[in-house]
Amino acid sequence: MRVSVSWLREYVDLPADLPTGDLEQALVDLGIEVESIVDLRETVTGPLVVGEVREIEELTGFKKPIRFCLVDVGDANGTGEPQEIVCGATNFAQGDKVVVILPGGVLPGNFAIGARKTYGRNSNGMICSAKELGLGDDHAGIIVLPEDTPAKPGDDARPVVGLDDTVVEMEITPDRGYALSVRGIARELSHALGVPFRDPALVPVPGATERPAYPVEVRDTVGCDRFAARMVRGIDPTAETPGWLSQRLTVAGIRSISLPVDITNYLMLELGQPMHAFDVDRISGPLVVRRAEPGEKLTTLDGVTRTLVPEDMVICDDTGPISLAAVMGGETSEVLAATTNVLFEAAHWDPAMVGRTARRHKLFSEAAKRWERGVDPALPLVALERAVRLLTEHAGGTVGAEILDIDHVRPRTPVTLPAELPSRRVGVVYPPERVIELLEQVGCTVTRGPDRLGEDPGEVGVAAGTGDVLTVTPPSWRPDLTDPADLVEEVVRLDGYDRVPSLLPAAPAGRGLTWQQQRRRAVARSLAERGYVEVLAHPFVSAELADQLGLPADDPRRRAVRVANPLSEEEPLLRTTLLGPLLGILKRNVGRGLRDIAIYEIGTVFHPRPGAGAPPAMGVDRRPTDSEFAAADAVVPDQPRHVAVLVAGDIEPAGWWGAGRAAGWADAVEAGRAVLAAAGIPADRVTVRSAEYAPWHPGRCAELLVDDAVVGHAGELHPAVVATLELPRRTSAMELNLDAVPAAPVVTGPAISTFPPALIDVALVVDDPVPAAEVQRALTEGAGELLEDVRLFDVYASDQLGAGRKSLAYKLTFRAPDRTLTVDEAVAARDAAVAEAARRFGATLRGA
Amino acid sequence: MSYRNDPYDPKQVALLDPDALAAAVADAEKAFAAAADPDALTALRPAHLGDRSPVSLARREIGALPPAAKSDAGKRVNEARRAIEAAYAARQETLEREQAERVLVEERVDVALPYDRRPRGARHPLSTLMEQISDFFVGMGYEVAEGPEVELEWTNFDALNIPADHPARGLMDTFHIAPPEGAESSGLVLRTHTSPVQARTMLTRKPPIYVIVPGRAYRTDELDATHAPVFHQVEGLVVDRGITMAHLRGTLDHFARAMFGPEAKTRWRPHYFPFTEPSAEFDVWFPEHRRGPQWVEWGGCGMVNPRVLRACGIDPEVYSGFAFGMGIDRTVMVRHGVGDMRDMVEGDVRFTRAFGV
Repeated sequence: MRVSVSWLREYVDLPADLPTGDLEQALVDLGIEVESIVDLRETVTGPLVVGEVREIEELTGFKKPIRFCLVDVGDANGTGEPQEIVCGATNFAQGDKVVVILPGGVLPGNFAIGARKTYGRNSNGMICSAKELGLGDDHAGIIVLPEDTPAKPGDDARPVVGLDDTVVEMEITPDRGYALSVRGIARELSHALGVPFRDPALVPVPGATERPAYPVEVRDTVGCDRFAARMVRGIDPTAETPGWLSQRLTVAGIRSISLPVDITNYLMLELGQPMHAFDVDRISGPLVVRRAEPGEKLTTLDGVTRTLVPEDMVICDDTGPISLAAVMGGETSEVLAATTNVLFEAAHWDPAMVGRTARRHKLFSEAAKRWERGVDPALPLVALERAVRLLTEHAGGTVGAEILDIDHVRPRTPVTLPAELPSRRVGVVYPPERVIELLEQVGCTVTRGPDRLGEDPGEVGVAAGTGDVLTVTPPSWRPDLTDPADLVEEVVRLDGYDRVPSLLPAAPAGRGLTWQQQRRRAVARSLAERGYVEVLAHPFVSAELADQLGLPADDPRRRAVRVANPLSEEEPLLRTTLLGPLLGILKRNVGRGLRDIAIYEIGTVFHPRPGAGAPPAMGVDRRPTDSEFAAADAVVPDQPRHVAVLVAGDIEPAGWWGAGRAAGWADAVEAGRAVLAAAGIPADRVTVRSAEYAPWHPGRCAELLVDDAVVGHAGELHPAVVATLELPRRTSAMELNLDAVPAAPVVTGPAISTFPPALIDVALVVDDPVPAAEVQRALTEGAGELLEDVRLFDVYASDQLGAGRKSLAYKLTFRAPDRTLTVDEAVAARDAAVAEAARRFGATLRGA
Repeated sequence: MSYRNDPYDPKQVALLDPDALAAAVADAEKAFAAAADPDALTALRPAHLGDRSPVSLARREIGALPPAAKSDAGKRVNEARRAIEAAYAARQETLEREQAERVLVEERVDVALPYDRRPRGARHPLSTLMEQISDFFVGMGYEVAEGPEVELEWTNFDALNIPADHPARGLMDTFHIAPPEGAESSGLVLRTHTSPVQARTMLTRKPPIYVIVPGRAYRTDELDATHAPVFHQVEGLVVDRGITMAHLRGTLDHFARAMFGPEAKTRWRPHYFPFTEPSAEFDVWFPEHRRGPQWVEWGGCGMVNPRVLRACGIDPEVYSGFAFGMGIDRTVMVRHGVGDMRDMVEGDVRFTRAFGV
């Protein structure tokens, strides 16, 4: 909503010297967001004067028509001589009054005007268009002032063109339809500044007449609970919109079209009542207001042919729909340049219907915006009266005596407000008198009754407590005031939010973070300490990603949640693995010249519930039952929290200490172990074993298990995936479902033996495919209680061992809790360990 | 081992001569002083204190002396030996000390050499800020509540008093989830705010409720310097008996001081949110803003709309509550002087690294 302050001043007595800062503060304190506030006097600086064109010389030989003009600017140029100005516009004639900026002036956009030579002539200034002055988009020609403009050459042109004003642009919250009008804002300002307000809707209005202004039938009084119309015949079709009116439209961003249409737009801005002007001679037969029939078509004023649905409301004549009610008129009944007989319509429509229609047809007109937010149903006859007066004043014609008013508006239901409720909710003591005063200020009718306890059992809760109960009937222009809470807000808003004191509530003792929340933090910190950098990727992925990752046809990760209206049609799916978006981030970093990358993310992935339909409909007048909500919740996709890492390039950089170390599969697996360790899972419950799982390299992929459940995978990415996605070679990854990791057990503290250890190394030769982890497990289980620690320190293959064989060297630490081990005891334990490995895997002692 | 049986040898006897002993001491002292390091000193030991050293040989001669001379000679030899040993020990101590000092000098390194052999990673400032805020409220007795990002329309909108046809729903620029085959609507959206967690919390907990909700939210905004389709919010919800707007202000003031320093304060502007009534937007006075102290738009707040309480099964006649929420991305931008939203979401490790672990 963009209006000039001079317009507001017509209805509210703002102090003459009100600084713009104070005006802005007043609006903000009322809950009206100020987008901008511009003092137009400051937008054009220097001499901007009225000029009168004395002579025009058409210059030829240029690509476009150019005029050399002598313009009388009075004494404004200091000489009194006519000013020489070259001009590219042709929409003016000798004797016309124009707006001239002289050298030294500066137009909006910091466009400084000087004297210069152009097209072979001297040009000392510029004749201005509306656009150049920042007054609108009209750049078709320069401004030609009306003949009767009460200004002479050399006078300051600012007051003449409206540049002596201040323009406020406001953002109106969706509950305050009434503030989308000069009337509403002026009223609000009168509250904030304590100055008188004159309601532009308070004009004497004749009521409906027996005979209608035009035959109209309203077939759906829910969609349209009021329909009023008046006629003006015989207007002068050439009559132009007065400058002051079109200026106000321009400021509001509305194009001037024709006098009747401009009047409807002007009154919409001033009163908040959207209206429509029909050319009576282009309507055939009576008007019918009804729901559209399925498939009915209408070409709206924007030239788009729209297919209607039965929820849309239309105004029809004998030919069918001629207007998409409340949203936009149709072409066939539009007022044209030759129109002489005008039917003004002012109605009241169902806000929900208008909202749905506007969204369905993507037609967010100024009218629709107001209907959706609520329009004062008391306005139609006022608006019509203003419209017919304005039209006849400027275009002549005769106002029809007949007034149509089909009124099914229901009276407002009063709101019962315990007088102490505002105090109770806000924490400021508002005596009942103050509550009443403030509510009356916004236009409510308040009656103060005794406590109605007992009279109406339904009100018992509301009136609990003692004291007065107020019966509040909100004004017709405030459809948003329906609940006691709405009235509480009006009280605190007008009394001032800054009066609310500051008081800390005492919360009961909390239980701190859950173990899952603590675990997530521990995992994040552990990865960061290990060199991984946290990123927060967007979850949107392409449908092709599953193929690029080489996921098998039956992989559950191919079933993804789809966004109906994605930002990019390329990425309509939500990730089922963190790796997709994370790989994008890896590539972005590489693309920016960073080679050594280690990143991680903790985030949700999305798995649709197979077979889930739509959730059951649930109302809001009561709590849904547990089973209703459970049924609805069962439709919500499974959204487990995963953690993933990607690593490429060197994980340890080269430096003065020596060469760097390239990242690889082992780093990814280690990241997985680190996550599980940070999650508090003891190492002996974690199993790492080889697996084949996309998008990993089948020979370099590990699955990570806790107890017997797979919780994630790690390793080097498949070379084909690396090639397809153009990733750095040997890029390695780990992804793990944190939600699948069980709660950490309470660790039992080990008994520490202080007796000396016996250290024995063994080198075992096994077949190559035998996993070292399994051999280690066999050693551990075979060695028995005396084994304190086992550590693999070498893996080795050679011709000597033979093809397909490898040597695993372990350092075994034996220790007894109660004595120093003898050599024989340690050797016996070692032999038992080796025997178990031999039994399970045919392991032989190397060199034995 | 059997010199005793050797034939008498005047030359050897001469070793017991006081002058000879004094010369042996002097020789030793001179030799020790010339030793450059402990090893060289050790090498000198046999010659001056070993079995064939003058003092040792002299001791052997004592046996050959007449008994009357033995005691005197023995005393002389012992004194000489003690003198040499003392000289040795003194020199040894000096040399070892000198060597230790030399080693310290020789082993000197440039301790300022970079050693980023295992580079540290970093945590994203959005994550750490959400944790800090959560911790602040946990310290006040709140609990951290969470909910799904793909959410029911009912919890995201309806339960929060945003009916299907309300313009406020249209203003939310919602990502809708595609309906399953054959259905007209999925009834699901990417949550447009963290507020559906309010509804879930009230449906599953009994008052008093004091929760803080950090999380991600989604709107169909193209990514640019100040907008992102995925953003982060933290919101708080309190439902208890006798809760007033004053409690809301007290909580926000306390919080603002924790986040923006002891000088911070809040300012309210009336606003509209369907799920709170009365509602306000709040600004915070940030004394350390990179463009000088100023008010910064921070978030929205208000008293929980009784309609919301009712839809979630809480009796609005018994309980009242407040809710507040703020954009975390914006808070990070203001607090850390980040000029471009894209730097926070694109995952450039140079950005995140600046914030450390």
